[in-house]
Amino acid sequence: MTETTGKRPWNAFATPAIGKLVRAAARVTKHGGSAFPGRIAERIDPGFLARTLAQLPLGVVLVSGTNGKTTTTRMVASMLSDLGLRVFTNPTGSNFTRGVVSALLERVSLGGRLDADIAVLELDEAYAVHFVRQVRPRYALLLNVMRDQLDRFGEIDNTARLLGHVAEATTGTVVLNREDPRIARLAELVRQPGANVRYFGLSDDLRSFFPSDDDMATTVAVEGAASATSKDTAPASSSAAQQLPADVTLTRVGDHEADFLFAGDQSSRPHTTTVKLEGVYNLYNAAAALAVVHAIKPDAPIDTLLAAVARVTPAFGRGEVIDVNGCPTELLLVKNPMGFRLSLASFPPSDTTDTMIVINDEYADGRDMSWLWDVDFTSLRGTGVRQVSGVRAWDMALRLGYDQVPVGAVDTDIDAALAAFLKPTSGASGTSGTSAAAPTSRHIYCTYTAMLKVRAALARIADVSDAGVGK
Amino acid sequence: MTTIDIMSLYPKDMNIYGDSGNVLTVTRRLALYGYEPRVTAYNQGDDWPDHVDMILGGGGQDTGQKKIIDDFFRRADLLRTLAADGVPMLMICGLYQLFGEYFETVDGTRLDGIGVIGAYTVGQDVRMIGNLVEHSDDFGDVIGYENHSGQTFLRDGVRPLGHVDADGRGNNGEDHTEGARVHNVIGTYMHGSLLPKNPAIADFLIRTAVERRYGAFEPERYQSDDQRAALAALDRAADEARRVAAERPR
Repeated sequence: MTETTGKRPWNAFATPAIGKLVRAAARVTKHGGSAFPGRIAERIDPGFLARTLAQLPLGVVLVSGTNGKTTTTRMVASMLSDLGLRVFTNPTGSNFTRGVVSALLERVSLGGRLDADIAVLELDEAYAVHFVRQVRPRYALLLNVMRDQLDRFGEIDNTARLLGHVAEATTGTVVLNREDPRIARLAELVRQPGANVRYFGLSDDLRSFFPSDDDMATTVAVEGAASATSKDTAPASSSAAQQLPADVTLTRVGDHEADFLFAGDQSSRPHTTTVKLEGVYNLYNAAAALAVVHAIKPDAPIDTLLAAVARVTPAFGRGEVIDVNGCPTELLLVKNPMGFRLSLASFPPSDTTDTMIVINDEYADGRDMSWLWDVDFTSLRGTGVRQVSGVRAWDMALRLGYDQVPVGAVDTDIDAALAAFLKPTSGASGTSGTSAAAPTSRHIYCTYTAMLKVRAALARIADVSDAGVGK
Repeated sequence: MTTIDIMSLYPKDMNIYGDSGNVLTVTRRLALYGYEPRVTAYNQGDDWPDHVDMILGGGGQDTGQKKIIDDFFRRADLLRTLAADGVPMLMICGLYQLFGEYFETVDGTRLDGIGVIGAYTVGQDVRMIGNLVEHSDDFGDVIGYENHSGQTFLRDGVRPLGHVDADGRGNNGEDHTEGARVHNVIGTYMHGSLLPKNPAIADFLIRTAVERRYGAFEPERYQSDDQRAALAALDRAADEARRVAAERPR
């Protein structure tokens, strides 16, 4: 059986031309958004996706999981480019099959030729299943399963099942997160002839930075009674995980540097590299990216791989820093409890950090607000939160109130709240708990649609680069 | 010492969609009323504590329910006795179903509950998901978010927690009821978390627990001015959050 299942309709020769035309028209009339041409192409030529991707000599790398898809996809693509491959990848955020088709239409020639060696595609868990029905990936990188958008997927075991379909369909190497029990377990499902499994992992002392979803539930629930139960504080995954050998292990995290250990490396010592990425969890994503690139190009020297890691910059809202009138302003995308927790742990506020939190509840953010109660905000008690905004600003303020975090102001209007947040402090004594002096840094935590609004507002007053979202 | 003992029931496996926010809300409010909350996490295999004034339980995934079920049945008599004695309890989603008579899955398998609440649940393929407002005689409008696939039907004479305005939501999507009230036990599908945005229910659980243990609920005796002000600030934020949540799309 081949990797494609696409049937070729009589008019297939015209799909690239029609698609490109729709795309151009959509741009001019600002109609339908970036996935619109993809929708048309899927309608008139359902085999377009499979047929086009089948041309790739090195096949498709599929990246999925709850947290870190975008950054990791970006890393894998940039590392493979550095190794001399021509890489096709989907633009940030369009992680639905239709978005992939739209991006392909932009890239193929009128004759339908795709000028690339390999595709690195980020796909949302549900769409990944849809995708593997049409195209069998040669490589799959499965990052984690956490409580995210449960209102869409139902339950996290269900989300793991979705990723199980990806593991089943992969024809080459499936790269799994050893420290996430639900992901590591997917190894049992790998069954295509010749398919194999590799893991990426953490050293023992770093594992506490990454509680699994199960650990999270426990730590939050007994937070008020920490003294009552001291058991179960160790990550549940630690004992079983020890048995599995990791291809790439993150062994140390420093200030903008990290150590990675490669299995089978002659020196058998970790290699140190500098990084531009912010946050511990992004470094673990780098280990994931290294593991899959190592599987694709086993002969690439480790130094070359690490040099590629050193060059990767953060993606949209993943520790992106914008200079606002001389004050570094960090934009942090939060979309689920674990991501929010990791973000709070990775970017601790200093005494002169001003913090803002913007929570929306549009479909892309998730309508259900209960996830805010699975995040521990007590680390913000000392500095407080100066401004809370977004449609669900009051849900957030209430959450902070119960964690006894002082809140400066609450305003559901994002533009107004942002203006107040960025206004130089007049020296008048601030609201209780929030710093009155001018800040030396700012942290803005936003949900997805809130991030789009905040970035647009910041772009009017500061230099905001295209971090790959606007394509 | 005016201690109140709260049990968090199976927090390891039955705690999803922010159910832990309910424990935090009761704990913090008790402290602001001048009482001393003491939380015990009870998981399967743990010793049952000497004294319990209130029990809070949440929802879980199918795997979570499987892990607790044996222990849960071992504790069934105890839970039934405490419920009959008037111990205030809040059971959300999965534990609401298990507090009923039985759950029949889509393929016809019947799983027993402990029968504290006269209700049974039938699995269905469609989930009922979305923002929800229900009207309760006891607590006014209850505002939250439901997410469940089981349809729960109350036996004749069992009081619902509240009523919903439209089909396709609430206990079963058909009879416009939501949740149940038996003795001082409240069962409901409302996440949100439920209690932060519904302080009337939190205060009912607190008042009931304190009155059972100390005869009277007298925050004025213990509460400082700062505590009173902090509680008022929380209730203001809850009012605003309720107003916004009630207007959001499903």
